[in-house]
Amino acid sequence: MKALNVEVLSVSVDSVYVHKMWNDHELSKMINKDIPFMMLSDQDGSIGKMYGIYDEDSGVETRGRFIIDPDGIVQGFEVLTPPVGRNVAETIRQIQAFQLVRNSKGTEATPSGWKPGKKTLKPSPDLVGNVWKEWKVSEAFKD
Amino acid sequence: MPQEFGPGCQRPAIKKPSPVSVPDQNSDVKEVSTSMIKVGKAAPDFTAPAYYQGKFVTTGLSEYRGKWVLLCFYPGDFTFV
Repeated sequence: MKALNVEVLSVSVDSVYVHKMWNDHELSKMINKDIPFMMLSDQDGSIGKMYGIYDEDSGVETRGRFIIDPDGIVQGFEVLTPPVGRNVAETIRQIQAFQLVRNSKGTEATPSGWKPGKKTLKPSPDLVGNVWKEWKVSEAFKD
Repeated sequence: MPQEFGPGCQRPAIKKPSPVSVPDQNSDVKEVSTSMIKVGKAAPDFTAPAYYQGKFVTTGLSEYRGKWVLLCFYPGDFTFV
């Protein structure tokens, strides 16, 4: 994320003191250093409610992940129930795609299955009805 | 008897007593917005206490204007996934 110039903010309903304990006693042992991003505490769930991912029944926040651009605009999100973890590689791919589109000032778009290095599309009147010449379905599945 | 529950990622639901409604004379019914975020729209701003590399700090989304932000919620510290 650092390489992509992305600031990570993690949020749960735990207190900052529990965040510290979790960092000190478990997470820092996984990565051999302190957690390199801010661990936010949302003890009344108010941030989670704003983002629609607070679960009133259990009093915790579900696995909501939001990509926010430099203008503060939400570009994408994903929400999972607690037992299934996220795919970080897919999040990184999406950020790379959103950054490419933004850097191109909207002149390029990333088709299904795009990864860095793969072909982008340049939307224009000429491309209407001609995507089949520029892009093959198999590219959605190829690495 | 207290009932033991097994460890898991799903927290047991909190049994809340049904709220006793107190009729309020000037009850301005406040709609608490729990609507889902929309892509292409502004991310709601917030400030919150945070733990960051040995320090307790206060931070907020607006401090990150001009940068890409990945905002990740999760159910709780010391959970398994």
